[in-house]
Amino acid sequence: MARFHSSKGLRTISEWTVKRFCFICAAVSIVTTIGIIFVLVSQSIPFFRTVSPVDFFTGTDWSPTPEPGKFGVIPLIYGTVMITIGAGLIAVPLGLLSAIFLSEYAPSWLRNFLKPALELLAGIPTVVFGYFGLFFVTPLLRHVIPAIQSSNALSGAIVVGIMILPLVSSLCEDAISAVPRSLREGAYGLGATKMEVTTKIVIPGALSGVMASFILALSRALGETMAVTLAAGSNPILTFNPAKAIETMTAYIVSTSKGDAGVGTVRYNSIFAVGFTLFVFTMMMNMIALRLVKKFRQVYS
Amino acid sequence: MIATSDAAKRLAKRKRADAMFRLACLVAAFLGVVILVLFIYKIIADGISRLNWNFVTDKLSSRPGRTGIWPAVAGSLYVTGLTILIAVPTGIAAAVYLEEFNTRKNRVTEFIQLNIANLAGVPSIVYGMLGLAVFVRWMALKQSVLSGGLTMSLLILPMVIIVTQEALRAVPRGFRDGSLALGSSYWQAIRYQVLPSAAPGIFTGIILSLSRAVGETAPLIVVGAAAYVAGAPKNLGDTYTVLPIKIFDWAGEAKHGFNEDAATAILVLMMALLVLNSAAIYLRARARLRR
Repeated sequence: MARFHSSKGLRTISEWTVKRFCFICAAVSIVTTIGIIFVLVSQSIPFFRTVSPVDFFTGTDWSPTPEPGKFGVIPLIYGTVMITIGAGLIAVPLGLLSAIFLSEYAPSWLRNFLKPALELLAGIPTVVFGYFGLFFVTPLLRHVIPAIQSSNALSGAIVVGIMILPLVSSLCEDAISAVPRSLREGAYGLGATKMEVTTKIVIPGALSGVMASFILALSRALGETMAVTLAAGSNPILTFNPAKAIETMTAYIVSTSKGDAGVGTVRYNSIFAVGFTLFVFTMMMNMIALRLVKKFRQVYS
Repeated sequence: MIATSDAAKRLAKRKRADAMFRLACLVAAFLGVVILVLFIYKIIADGISRLNWNFVTDKLSSRPGRTGIWPAVAGSLYVTGLTILIAVPTGIAAAVYLEEFNTRKNRVTEFIQLNIANLAGVPSIVYGMLGLAVFVRWMALKQSVLSGGLTMSLLILPMVIIVTQEALRAVPRGFRDGSLALGSSYWQAIRYQVLPSAAPGIFTGIILSLSRAVGETAPLIVVGAAAYVAGAPKNLGDTYTVLPIKIFDWAGEAKHGFNEDAATAILVLMMALLVLNSAAIYLRARARLRR
């Protein structure tokens, strides 16, 4: 009896320990978030002591070298937005159409072939996309635009578009297949064709989910680093010419970290200010997407 | 009579539009496959000629066409190994807490959950900056394999938690109830019933998260993985490089004739990822069979 009792006491203690341990592990995620915000803010402060935030956010000249350098972040934001929009122009329509094909048209054997293929494409490391942009997409584009630079905005946008295509497709497909069968049947019963059912019933019904998937994919494009560093270059200029090299916020962070900027210099601190700007951009997009997803779930459950 | 032929015309028009739409969807869906094939073709065409066992086992060299990649392969193994040791137990424990110990959804769990979803969307390079400030400088781990592994662990942790939670959710309620009804504690029910039956799902998810870690480049550049190291890292404090960084370095130095070496390194990386992914697919298929 006594033995039973003590083993039960031991059990309660080990139970408590395990639960605490699991809680601490879950709390790591909170610490990570706090850590990210703290690091980005605290490391940006020395930078903003030398460069005023107004100059930073409104300046159109980004030339960190030679000292003391000019730090107007607009060209980097412009480069980032240009890549993101370009990638969106490719991935959004193609991703949505392929999601429609997978969920509405494809027989199951074809689905079982196409879906793993898209998953494989999604599993390719981003640096490989960069290689592909540099040595496949750009040479191809050179046939059309002979004066194209070897790293250029167009090639960067294309490879990032290809990269986020599987993401758009699979998230859209999830949203589309959550639309209840009965809505489709109702429209078919009224004599609608498949296209009419899809464009007038299914897509409007899944709209908030579809929009959320677009935003999530675009925020991935925004934070994408290796593919754009290789394919789009590191040349912070404001240009409307897609055949020229540009620089994104992420590419700047990478090229500065691997370079020779000494700890504590303005150039070194500037990566945190740029990182902070990037973080705020993606965070806002993710928040909007999560809210849309929540709304979408409420509609159908 | 005229009215019916009008209706017939309209119907024909609608059917034509339908056929066009179907075709557009089909083309879009196949485009991904076509691109994948082009990708693989291009990389094999560029890299196959350099691929042999010596390429994998030789040291790095500054001469294109003569270099090996062993230090980078070893660095990748080191970083991935550390990531497994750190992120996998932490991620599983966190998921167990969120799904099993805290079944009543309260504010704290809801907040943690939202936080994890947000973390999963933070660009990888931002984790690199976190690692640079915390591990490399504040904890003074320098540009070591350890700070790389820690950074990578934080990066894939949200993903590990999310996939483990999904696997735990797929375990029927009755498994827990049955075990608890026989007098087990919560932890015993989790340890002996829930985790074993969720294991294939957890492994699949974790392998996929790891394959993301293997291909990840940007955060490691920020925490100071070098482009060139003399040899493979021997202990946790050593400097290191990883395969994707070597690819990035060589692809960027295309003028000096390194692009074939980059393609061959990509082949090695993709083969490693293929092995990982096949393992994941195999586990998933076996789990489905058992059900």
